Amino acid sequence: MNDEGRLWEVFTQSKQGAPHEHAGNVHAADAEMALQNARDVYSRRGEAVSIWVVPSDQIFATSPSDEGPFFDPSNNKAYRHPQFYSVPKGVRGI
Amino acid sequence: MCYILFEAIKENMNEEQKLADFEARIERGEIIEPKDWMPERYRRQLIRMMSQHAHSEYVGMLPEGNWITRAPSLRRKMVLLAKVQDEAGHGLYIYSATETLGIDRKELLDQLLNGTAKYSSIFNYPSLSWADMGTIGWFVDGAAIVNQTMLAKSSYGPYARAMIRICKEENFHKKQGYEIITTLANGTAEQKKMAQDAVNRWWWPSLMMFGPTDKESPNSAELMKWKVKIKSNDELRQRFVDLTVPQAKAVNLTLPDPDLKLNEETGHWEFGHINWQEFYNVIKGNGPMNKERLKARNEAFEKGKWVREAALAYAKKHNN
Repeated sequence: MNDEGRLWEVFTQSKQGAPHEHAGNVHAADAEMALQNARDVYSRRGEAVSIWVVPSDQIFATSPSDEGPFFDPSNNKAYRHPQFYSVPKGVRGI
Repeated sequence: MCYILFEAIKENMNEEQKLADFEARIERGEIIEPKDWMPERYRRQLIRMMSQHAHSEYVGMLPEGNWITRAPSLRRKMVLLAKVQDEAGHGLYIYSATETLGIDRKELLDQLLNGTAKYSSIFNYPSLSWADMGTIGWFVDGAAIVNQTMLAKSSYGPYARAMIRICKEENFHKKQGYEIITTLANGTAEQKKMAQDAVNRWWWPSLMMFGPTDKESPNSAELMKWKVKIKSNDELRQRFVDLTVPQAKAVNLTLPDPDLKLNEETGHWEFGHINWQEFYNVIKGNGPMNKERLKARNEAFEKGKWVREAALAYAKKHNN
């Protein structure tokens, strides 16, 4: 009998203002225990000021085989970058 | 009939192409992630290697857990508790990483508890004195650091990332061990004797931690071809010896190897013959503590059952 509870993905924020980053996962019976386990496993040295846990089956992700077509339009549109544009010499703040 | 044969040939060529692409990725130094295509052998080898590593961390809590109640000072007790807690965490990181390969942690744990899984031979030796806490930190964690620093560059992403996290924490393990040894080595005659005795018992088993010599290592060639590991067993073992010899000299302790000699040309410390019979015997299950380790792990699992059940019951009651 599997008495380990649910699998949760853990995201930790290293300091105020930083984004939450994926740290790994934990098993726990509910969210409160998942947070406590996540603190014990991923923050023994104060690596987190905030922790999120998400049930693993609630994470949806792209798959490597999607990669090409799914992301295709975004890596060959140079006009989305500032370097694409020319500005007359000497003009400041553009 | 012809169509079936054609499809089979196409399937085979497809597999060959996938393997060629995979090996080209490895060659380019790319990192393989859980959802990427990988040869079944790569997956199997990683599951074996990573689960053994995770089990080692978990069983590794026992020799040091043995001395928590008998630490000579509050500081030493706090430090040992923190170290053992770290080992539990390290096991968890690696079990998590292993699960990305499509195996359930429960299955891995079952393999450990029923004796079919292997773990590092070193943890089948007893911790007989407080000085063993020193030598374990110095030698065993020291050897682990050499190995894990190399594995941090492994081709499998989750494994490499787990290693990076572990390496950050492992340094204090080695330092606290060496600090214990230094304190004892600079202490009373009885303390010096205790330290030397621990060194005598833990040195050779620590060298065995790096695994069989390259020629005798059945898995090494494949693991290195696919950059799961980057350096060979012998190379790492030599590195560990070279690092440790001066450390022993610094505290006036001798390493139990009369053949230890500096090769002026290569700069390496040549060492004597390892008793590989002992190594294989311990791996097979005949080491001094194999049965006790397994018994302890099984007891902990059984005794913890009520906690798991209570947690589940609580969650069911309050979250529905």
